[in-house]
Amino acid sequence: MKRSRSSGYWVFLLPSAVLFTAVIVVPFLMNVGIGFTRWQGIGAPKWIGLDNYTRLLADERFWASFRNNVALIVAMAIIPTIIGLVLAATLFDYVGKKFGPRTASVLRAAYYLPQVLPVAVAGIVWGWIMHPQFGALNELLKLLGMEPRNWLGDPAWALPSVMAIMVWFQIGYPVVIFMSGLQRVDPALYEAAEMDGASWWRRLWHITLTQIRPEIYVVLLTCTIAALKVFGPIFVLTRGGPGGATLVPSYFSYQNFFEKANVGYGSAIATVLTLVIIMVTVFFLRIQDRES
Amino acid sequence: MIRKYSVLVSLVVLAVVMLVPFVIVTLNAVKSPADYSSGGPLSLPGELYLDGIVRFWNRVNFGGKLWNSLLISGSVAVLAAVLSVLNAYALGIGRVRGRMWILVVFLVANTLPQEALVYPLYYLSKQVGLYDTRLGVIIIFTVIQSAFGTYLLSSVLSRFPREILEAAALDGAGKWRALWQVVVPISRPTLSVLLIFFFIWTWNEFFLPLVFLISNDNQTVPVALGVLQGDKMMDATMSSASALLGILPAIAFFLIFQRTLTRGVTVGAIK
Repeated sequence: MKRSRSSGYWVFLLPSAVLFTAVIVVPFLMNVGIGFTRWQGIGAPKWIGLDNYTRLLADERFWASFRNNVALIVAMAIIPTIIGLVLAATLFDYVGKKFGPRTASVLRAAYYLPQVLPVAVAGIVWGWIMHPQFGALNELLKLLGMEPRNWLGDPAWALPSVMAIMVWFQIGYPVVIFMSGLQRVDPALYEAAEMDGASWWRRLWHITLTQIRPEIYVVLLTCTIAALKVFGPIFVLTRGGPGGATLVPSYFSYQNFFEKANVGYGSAIATVLTLVIIMVTVFFLRIQDRES
Repeated sequence: MIRKYSVLVSLVVLAVVMLVPFVIVTLNAVKSPADYSSGGPLSLPGELYLDGIVRFWNRVNFGGKLWNSLLISGSVAVLAAVLSVLNAYALGIGRVRGRMWILVVFLVANTLPQEALVYPLYYLSKQVGLYDTRLGVIIIFTVIQSAFGTYLLSSVLSRFPREILEAAALDGAGKWRALWQVVVPISRPTLSVLLIFFFIWTWNEFFLPLVFLISNDNQTVPVALGVLQGDKMMDATMSSASALLGILPAIAFFLIFQRTLTRGVTVGAIK
């Protein structure tokens, strides 16, 4: 009797088993397989072993795409986490106490607003603002007596411009997560530190940082993965250009799949990207485990 | 005193900087082209000019794009929530054998980049006639979103009070009835967070919809706006009108779902 009650639940997994096999497992294995072939997307794929991978290692564009990706990790994970920490601590520990929680939550909402946009739409907004002919940014710079630029069209400025846009887009996420993490922290800790004469920055470093460490890991992990997968803003802003200045692995694989019909090469890039993401995830989970 | 306000002032300045792009896009979206060419992008519009928005709306059949986005995101939200509940019921309450490994599979599926699935999905969907259909995109995102939902709900349901389930079993409820009449109603708060997340995440998706929805009639809002960038017909005011139309639904959802979302962002993050 007892047995029958706790068994038989596997039936509920059946729909997912079928769908996951069709949408995730089979396509993923196919992608890995196609990575070992030369294939135009039509006809029979030709098995070439590791040729795509040796070609990748020698491809300057491939390395450039990962270098740009590191820049975007800085812009989407590291800078927002640092700014988010300072903002969250200030809003929670200073503004909330001196000006009331209402002021703090209005400010938080303002920082968070870009996050509600589809990331492609965020790109469109900034593509307009930075447009070389009719954008508002150059107009503003002219008013201030500074030199206008083709922000997204100049190889020297395209990547920094995209980075700045992504910082703007991301900041709200750590602020919200960190502020909710701070709710958990015992206010007595801050009061005691304040009595001991610890400065605000010392309290940030010693109390805030240690107390909300789990949230910091979560933010760093999710934002790093988001940065590794970034596609929409690159597609609408620069298409990887000018001259590969903003090329990222995701867009690089898209180009090979759908513009150059180098499906085998594109699959190899996507497989490498998958490996990098899995390594980053395992790395973060390891540190998190060791901490707790 | 000065110090007290200088902190607040710098935070307010930063908030204004964050909001300026929204303001500038809105100002130029309601500016006439003549007004724009005389005053430039930073001037206030002389009058409220909605023709740019209306013309863009009609030209790209924006209503149709909104409907596609609503249909796809709404269907995915419901179907992915159902799938998540079924999985979580088996894993969290049923504790089927090997559940740890099954959860790991869902977790890995959740972190896989779509780039590593896109070409085979593109190829297979052409074979079965789902390429360039909304149904194809709905099926794909239902599975992708339910990977996260399963993971979250399983841990919620593993803490589900056993007594309630035993009481239901004593009343003669089978597993199927216990799920729909006991577990689902009690888990409603978590489920509503999931529904809203799935809806908004799917609305915001760009990469796979861009690949799969190539005909105008099937495109979602972000895809339609994305592929129009740099189009010849887009002058300054019409471009900002298009950006505004991308912003407005997102802000509407944010306002409608705000309460659930602020509660949910942390649910999603902490797991």
